[in-house]
Amino acid sequence: MIRYTYISLLTLFALLFSSYANAALRIEITGGTEGALPIAVVPFGWQGSGAPPEAVSEIIADDLTRSGRFAALDESQLVARPHFGNEVKFKTWRFLKVENLVIGNVRRTGPQQFEVRFQLFDIFKGEQLAGYTIPSTATGLRRTAHQISDIIYEALTGEKGAFTTRIAYVTADGANKNRTYFLNVSDADGFNEQTILRSREPLLSPSWAPDGRQLAYVSFEAGTSQIYMQDVFRGSRKLIASFKGLNSAPAWAPDGSRLAMTLSKDGNAEIYLFDVATRNLKRMTFNRAIDTEAAWAPDGKSLIFTSDRGGKPHIYRLFVNAAGQRGQLKRLTFEGRYNARASFSPDGKLITFVHSVNGDYRIATQDLKTGNVQVLTETSLDESPSFAPNGSMIIYATNENNKGVLAAVSVDGRVHQRLLIKNKDVREPAWSPFEKRNAKGAN
Amino acid sequence: MRKINLLLVLVMPLVLLLGCETPGDAAKGSDGKGGGAKVEDRSGASASGAKGGGAFSGHPLDDPDSPLANRVIYFDFDSSAISDAARDTIAAHAAYLTNNPGASVVLEGHCDERGTREYNIALGERRSNAVAQLMKLQGGNSNQMNSISYGEERPAATGHDESSWALNRRVEVIYKSR
Repeated sequence: MIRYTYISLLTLFALLFSSYANAALRIEITGGTEGALPIAVVPFGWQGSGAPPEAVSEIIADDLTRSGRFAALDESQLVARPHFGNEVKFKTWRFLKVENLVIGNVRRTGPQQFEVRFQLFDIFKGEQLAGYTIPSTATGLRRTAHQISDIIYEALTGEKGAFTTRIAYVTADGANKNRTYFLNVSDADGFNEQTILRSREPLLSPSWAPDGRQLAYVSFEAGTSQIYMQDVFRGSRKLIASFKGLNSAPAWAPDGSRLAMTLSKDGNAEIYLFDVATRNLKRMTFNRAIDTEAAWAPDGKSLIFTSDRGGKPHIYRLFVNAAGQRGQLKRLTFEGRYNARASFSPDGKLITFVHSVNGDYRIATQDLKTGNVQVLTETSLDESPSFAPNGSMIIYATNENNKGVLAAVSVDGRVHQRLLIKNKDVREPAWSPFEKRNAKGAN
Repeated sequence: MRKINLLLVLVMPLVLLLGCETPGDAAKGSDGKGGGAKVEDRSGASASGAKGGGAFSGHPLDDPDSPLANRVIYFDFDSSAISDAARDTIAAHAAYLTNNPGASVVLEGHCDERGTREYNIALGERRSNAVAQLMKLQGGNSNQMNSISYGEERPAATGHDESSWALNRRVEVIYKSR
């Protein structure tokens, strides 16, 4: 018995170590796990020779815990280790006071082929809430695990999970003349980091196309700001704006046909719409103040942007029709002396932005209906907030021990996470939209 | 002749100071027809210093005692207003550009790290435009100046307090040709 525990701990450690070794970015929950719902995720069975290429059940347990909504039980607390539905004895689980149980099995079906089967149970009702068999591959197993997390999350919360989405961010490495900037894309849990651009000059403002396949961004590689768009998976890219002066703050419209961007070609920082197909430009703001950092409402019918036309930077909203004609203009923020870089929640009800409180720059949300402002962070140099596509979390950049780090906070301000990337300055996170659904595994 | 030129360079700032005007609104740039802004590299016109008499023998831009030696203009937080002290520096450079039509500068606008990156890029441009505007008012030609903003991306000091921030809110005057 003692020996068994010892071995399983060693195995656990090995698994943990191997998975962390692959992660460029590590996510720590730094607060707010109090109300999390306990859930039992039993290590999945394995049918195949050698070790399974990924610890699927561990990825699922980590995903669920990271959401802040769930707390996966520690392996030592599991009272049984069933892999199949007929092995589950609900009575033995009931006294753990855990409502839900996840079991499953991974089977090798070919040299690189696998089949992942899982079941989610309501322990008290003694019934299955979800169950799927999903074909996968050696390199696709992490993604399959995230899909399972999405299914479990949606079955239990009624909201779509965002575990299969990605984040884009910029890292900087090296000092002074050796400084190098990287534009990276990773899974939402920080794994599979891939650098899609490196440059000796600053990179910033990655913006996802609504298809989740392209990024627009600002690059100084030519010694001045320019806007590019790049296919994330193929690597091919196009220069789309290189006018005299600023070319910055690209923001893809929800239908993908246009980008809002900031240009100063007419002498001052103004917002323009760029038509992707025709490359036509339409000027949207006409004010001697700074107008920048445009973001679209999810319905594509209005833009919010930062302007200091009132003396200090604040958030304004401009309605725009499909033909690009300007409608009503409205100031949205009045609290505080500095409100900037706003973006909408996926349901369009909230905006998140950088808000100064007594000289500290923090992440806040404002309810568009009530005007209520909620400050979500307590740090001092927070910037670049971006909603998860399911609206549950906001990812942002901040500073810790003189280093740029990414952090995330739940929309209610309860759950706080730190996303650690080894030895690099990290900034400018942007959470991808949901992937357009391709055929999911068979039921 | 060279002596006279040097004298002019040294005296002009004083003359210009007397007629100093307040800067207007941000410069109305020329229309951009696309294509990155490039600095024309005009080589030539490298004058050598006056022989004897002058305390410094060398190029006026290399004279550590000249107001031209000062190549950085500092700003207050979220401001592009030019201080009185900075006006002397700008006047000296404007005079040099006036007397050396072949000379050109890049005006690099920078910000401290507070606030958002994109707003700071725009603020950095407003700072460099404010400097360019004043230089033009004092005789520099707009084709001798090129504004670029790096926002908070290239700090001069890397601390996270006011002493670093003050050094980072700046416009750097960088000579591309003399």
